[in-house]
Amino acid sequence: MGRGDAAAGDGGLMDILALPRLVWEFVVYLFAVMPDLLPIILSLATPLALGALCGVLGERSGVVNIGIEGIMLMAAFFGYLTGFALHEPLGTGAALALGIVVAVATGALLGLLHAWLTVTVRADQIIAGTMMNIAAFGVTGYLNRLIITPSGRGGAGVIPPFHLPDQLATLPFLGPILAMFLDQGPIAMSVILLVLISQFALFRTRWGLRTRAVGEHPKAADTVGIDVFRQRYLNVIVGCGIAGLAGAYLTLESTGSFQNGMTNGRGFIALAAVIFGRWTPLGSLLGALLFGTATAFGIIVNVRPAEGDLGTLMKTIPTFWYAALPYLITVVILAGVVGRSTPPAADGIPYAKEGKG
Amino acid sequence: MSDKTSVLEMRGITKRFPGGTLANDAIDLELGEREIHALLGENGAGKTTLMNILYGLVTPDEGEIRIDGTPVAIQGPADAIARGIGMVHQHFMLVPVLSVAENVVLGQEITGVGGVLDMRTAERRIRELAERLGFSVDPGTRVNQLSLGQQQRVEILKAIYRGARILVLDEPTAVLTPQETREIFGVLRRLRQDGTSIIFISHKLDEVLEIADRITVIRRGKVVGSRKPAQTNKDELAELMVGRAVSLRVDRGQSHPGDVTLEVVGLRALDDRRHEILQGVDLNVRAGEIVGIAGVGGNGQDELVECVVGLRKPNAGAIRLAGRDITRQSVEGRRDLGIAYVPADRQRFGLVLPYLLPDNFVLTRYGEVPYAGGLGGFVRQDQPIRNEAGRLAKEFDVRASSLDVAASTLSGGNQQKVVVAREFRHDLRVLVVDQPTRGLDVGSIEFIHKQVIERRDAGVAVLLVSAELDEVLDLSDRILVMYRGRIVGTFAAAEAQREKVGLLMATGEART
Repeated sequence: MGRGDAAAGDGGLMDILALPRLVWEFVVYLFAVMPDLLPIILSLATPLALGALCGVLGERSGVVNIGIEGIMLMAAFFGYLTGFALHEPLGTGAALALGIVVAVATGALLGLLHAWLTVTVRADQIIAGTMMNIAAFGVTGYLNRLIITPSGRGGAGVIPPFHLPDQLATLPFLGPILAMFLDQGPIAMSVILLVLISQFALFRTRWGLRTRAVGEHPKAADTVGIDVFRQRYLNVIVGCGIAGLAGAYLTLESTGSFQNGMTNGRGFIALAAVIFGRWTPLGSLLGALLFGTATAFGIIVNVRPAEGDLGTLMKTIPTFWYAALPYLITVVILAGVVGRSTPPAADGIPYAKEGKG
Repeated sequence: MSDKTSVLEMRGITKRFPGGTLANDAIDLELGEREIHALLGENGAGKTTLMNILYGLVTPDEGEIRIDGTPVAIQGPADAIARGIGMVHQHFMLVPVLSVAENVVLGQEITGVGGVLDMRTAERRIRELAERLGFSVDPGTRVNQLSLGQQQRVEILKAIYRGARILVLDEPTAVLTPQETREIFGVLRRLRQDGTSIIFISHKLDEVLEIADRITVIRRGKVVGSRKPAQTNKDELAELMVGRAVSLRVDRGQSHPGDVTLEVVGLRALDDRRHEILQGVDLNVRAGEIVGIAGVGGNGQDELVECVVGLRKPNAGAIRLAGRDITRQSVEGRRDLGIAYVPADRQRFGLVLPYLLPDNFVLTRYGEVPYAGGLGGFVRQDQPIRNEAGRLAKEFDVRASSLDVAASTLSGGNQQKVVVAREFRHDLRVLVVDQPTRGLDVGSIEFIHKQVIERRDAGVAVLLVSAELDEVLDLSDRILVMYRGRIVGTFAAAEAQREKVGLLMATGEART
C-alpha cells in the first residue's frame, strides 16, 4: 500500500522498514497537529450531535424523522432572519438571543407538524420527513432570495465564543483537550450537557421509561394507561426543538451568515450517528465526534500538511478523499460494518387504537 | 358462591363493529366477590371484545358497567386500573427489552425528585408481592429471557401491583404447558383466597370445569347460559358453545381405499442444523384413506411433510404421485399435480397476515384464470377473486366483519378456516395436513375434521400429522408411528390402542 512510492529510491532494506516508519511518522504528525485539531472537532460535531439527539428522542418513542436536515435548515434560516431583522433596533446581543429562541421554536413547530402527520394522521414517516426536507430547501431558498439577498445587509454576526485563559490553553496535552470543550460558543458547550441530561433521563426517569415502552411496544404502554400519542408528540417536539438549536448553531454561532442548503447533509449524518450510537444519546455523541474528527482531519491535512515521506504519500491522495472522509464513514456505518444494532421494535410504525370511537 | 355480593355488573353491553358485525349483543354479566367466573365461547364469540370494553380498550355502543353497585364510565385503561380492574391479555402486553420490574411499574412508577425512578423500592415491592402469590421472580431480569409461563406471572404481578380487585385473564392457558397450567391455577386459587375476583376466558372445557365457580357461555355475541360446574358436563357446555349437539368424538365412517396415490420410498433428509433427521422413511397413502403420523414432536414429522410438499430437498429416496416420480418437482409443480398443504403454523406459512381476505383465499391460485387475466395474464382480476373469496368464506363459515379486512384481524379459528378453505379444493389428489386444529375451539375442530373426512370420501389421499395423539387416533384409517426419523410401527385404526401407540412413540419399541 503505497510502499513503492514512499520508499522510492531507497534500498531493499528500507522497503521493509517503510511501513512502520510511516505509521510512526503519522503518530508524530497527529501529535503535532493536535492543538489545531481538537478545538475544531466539537464545533464540527455540534450540529451532528444535536441532530442525532433529535433522532434518538424521536425514534426511542417510535417516530422516525428523516426530516432533521430540513428542520435544521429552516431553523437556521429563521434564526438568522430574526438576527438580521432585529440587530439594528435591539442591538446584537438581544437579536442573537432572540434568534436562538426563534430557531428552537421553528424546530419545535415543525416537530409539531411532523408529530401531527406521523402520529395523528399516521402518514408514512419517511414520506413526511422527505417532504420536510424538500419544503425546507425550497422555502428557505425562496425567502433568502426575496428578503436577505436584495437588502445587501448582513446578519447579526455570531455569538462570541468563550476563551480559555492563556495559562490553561498553553498547558501541554491538557491545554488542547480543555480547549476542545471550553474554548467554544454556548451552543457547542451545551451539547455535552444536553447529551448527559438526555442519557440520564432516558434510562433513569419516568419520562425515559415511558418513552422506551412506547417505542418498543405501544400497545403494552396503552394498556397500562400511558397516552402513546402524548408521549410521541412530546418527544418529537422536544427533539425537533433541539434540531432547531443545531440550525441556530450553523447561522448564529458558527458562520454568521445564511447560504442556501447550508446544512449540507448534516441531518442525514446525524441519523447515521444515531445508528452508530445504538439509539443512545451518549453513543450518538460519540458517533458525531467521530464524524467531527474525520471532517477536522480533512481540514487540517490541507492547512498543516505533513512533511517528509508521510507528506509525500498523503499528497498523492487527492484532497477530495479527505473531504469525503466523513461521508465514507457514514456509508460504512450504514452498511452495518459497525455491528448489528437493533432499533426500537416499534420504530417507524404508527400506533392505531382498535375499536375506539 | 354466587350468593355473595357482586363486585362487577355489566348490563346490556352491545358493540357493533364497523362493517356490521355484532360482537356483543346485550350481554349481561355478573361477577361475585371471591369468585372465579369462566367465560366460555368459541373463537370470535365476543369474549375478548366484552373484556376489552370492561378494560376501556373498546367503547361500547350501549350498556352499563357497575362496580360495587355504582355505575362507572371507563374511557380507557387508566380508568379501568383506577377502578381496580386488571387484565392479562392473550398476547402478553410486556415490553420484551425492559426488565420485569420496569414492566410491572410502567405507568405507575415510583419516583423521586424530578421523575427519577426509584427502582430499588420497586424491586423490593415486586419481590414481596410475588412471595405473597406463591412464586418467585428476579425483578432485574429482562422479560425476553423468561419463559411464557413466567411472563404470564409477570402480567399477573402487573395487575396486582396496580391494586386489581377484579382480574381478567384472556385465554391464559393457550400458550402454557400442562405443568405451567397447574401452577397458574394454584396462583389463581391463592388470589381468590386473598379476596380477588377473577374472570377467566377460555374455550377449553376441562379447564373451565376444573377452576371455575360459575361458567357463563357466550355464542355469537349473546349469553346463552350460565352454569355451576357441579351441575353441568362437557357435552352440555359444548352444545351451549356451538349451538347444537357436538360430538366430541369423530364419526369417521367407513373408508374405501383405492390405489396407492402417494408413495414415499427410502427418504433421507437433513434438518436445519444439518443432522440427518429422516433416516429412510417408507410409506404410502391410498386414495380415499387418511394416514396419520403419530410421534413426539421433533422426530422428523415436520421434515417429512416439507419433503412431500417440496419445501425441503431430500438427500436420497423418492416421492411418487400415482407412480410418477415427483422428487425433483417444484412446490408449484406439485400443487399443479393436485397436492395441497395445510401448514402447521398458519400465521407464518399459511397466510400473508397483512393481506386482505380475498387475496389470502386465492394465494395458491392467483396466477390462474380467472384470477389473472388481461394483458397476457398479468393483471389481477378483482371481481373473480372477490367472488371466489365470498363463496369460500360462506362455505367454510369464516366469520369476519367483511371480506376487506386483513387476515391478521381474524381469530385463530377463522384464520385456520381460511387456510383450509383455500387448500381443500375439489380437484385434489393428495392432502397434507399438519396440526390442522392447533389452538381451535371444539366447534372449529369438529368442522375441520368433517371437512377432512369429506375429502377422504371423495377419494383424496390424506396425510395427517398432529401432536395431539387423540386427533391422530380419531381421524386416521391407518396410523404410522414415527421415531427418530423412521417409521417404527403401523396400526390399523381398529387395533390402535392409545397405550400401545403411546409406548411406541416414546420408546421406538413395541413391548408386550
